[in-house]
Amino acid sequence: MKRLEIPAEKARLTEVLDFVLGFSEELGFGKKELFQLKVCTEEIFVNVASYAYAPDTGMITVTADGSADPLSVTVSFIDSGTPFDPLSKPDPAKDRPFSQAKKGGLGIFITKKLMDEVSYAYQDGSNILTIRKTIPSTENAYE
Amino acid sequence: MTITKTQEGTKLTVAIEGELNTNTAPELEKEFETCLDGITSLVIDAQNMNYISSAGLRALFGAAEVMQENGDMCVINANDEVKNIFEVTGFVDIIDVK
Repeated sequence: MKRLEIPAEKARLTEVLDFVLGFSEELGFGKKELFQLKVCTEEIFVNVASYAYAPDTGMITVTADGSADPLSVTVSFIDSGTPFDPLSKPDPAKDRPFSQAKKGGLGIFITKKLMDEVSYAYQDGSNILTIRKTIPSTENAYE
Repeated sequence: MTITKTQEGTKLTVAIEGELNTNTAPELEKEFETCLDGITSLVIDAQNMNYISSAGLRALFGAAEVMQENGDMCVINANDEVKNIFEVTGFVDIIDVK
């Protein structure tokens, strides 16, 4: 497992992306999944950077773990800010997209759609949001 | 990100090049605040747009909201990964993605 601990600030987004995508690429993920992991990493990191410690700032720990066969990556985003379960928000309503999009929640909705598993836990004073992307080995053989 | 605008009458084509993400979306939103006056047809050319996140979608939703009153809007030439984001978010139900 690899680990990155940096200030949860929007300006540090590139470092978090490099960490998650570098790890995933080494495992063998292709262009499509790397794009999806990039979107989800941005959404989660920016949420933490924007809200977890507001109006103060704080740290975020990102851990990445995975395997090449089956091809799978698990990334956790851990902050010690205000307890908040992003998965508790309802999905945006299709008939009211504009107002819903403005309210936020679109990022976590995209994350739920693109990842195979998204889970939240509050443990020892930390918010832990974990995402997982897996490609069954039979599918991977055709990549 | 680079934004290139081409206007022909009341039709405006906005070509977006690069990444439409949290850090670049505000620039596009700012453009839309001023460039949509009198426009009846808005075309977003995504040929060279290689990335979009929810912040980018929100910027496009903002333009769609304005165009809903004034005319039509479509997105052209988006790559498969970007199209996938449009599809999973229901963006394709609101905006014409060609």
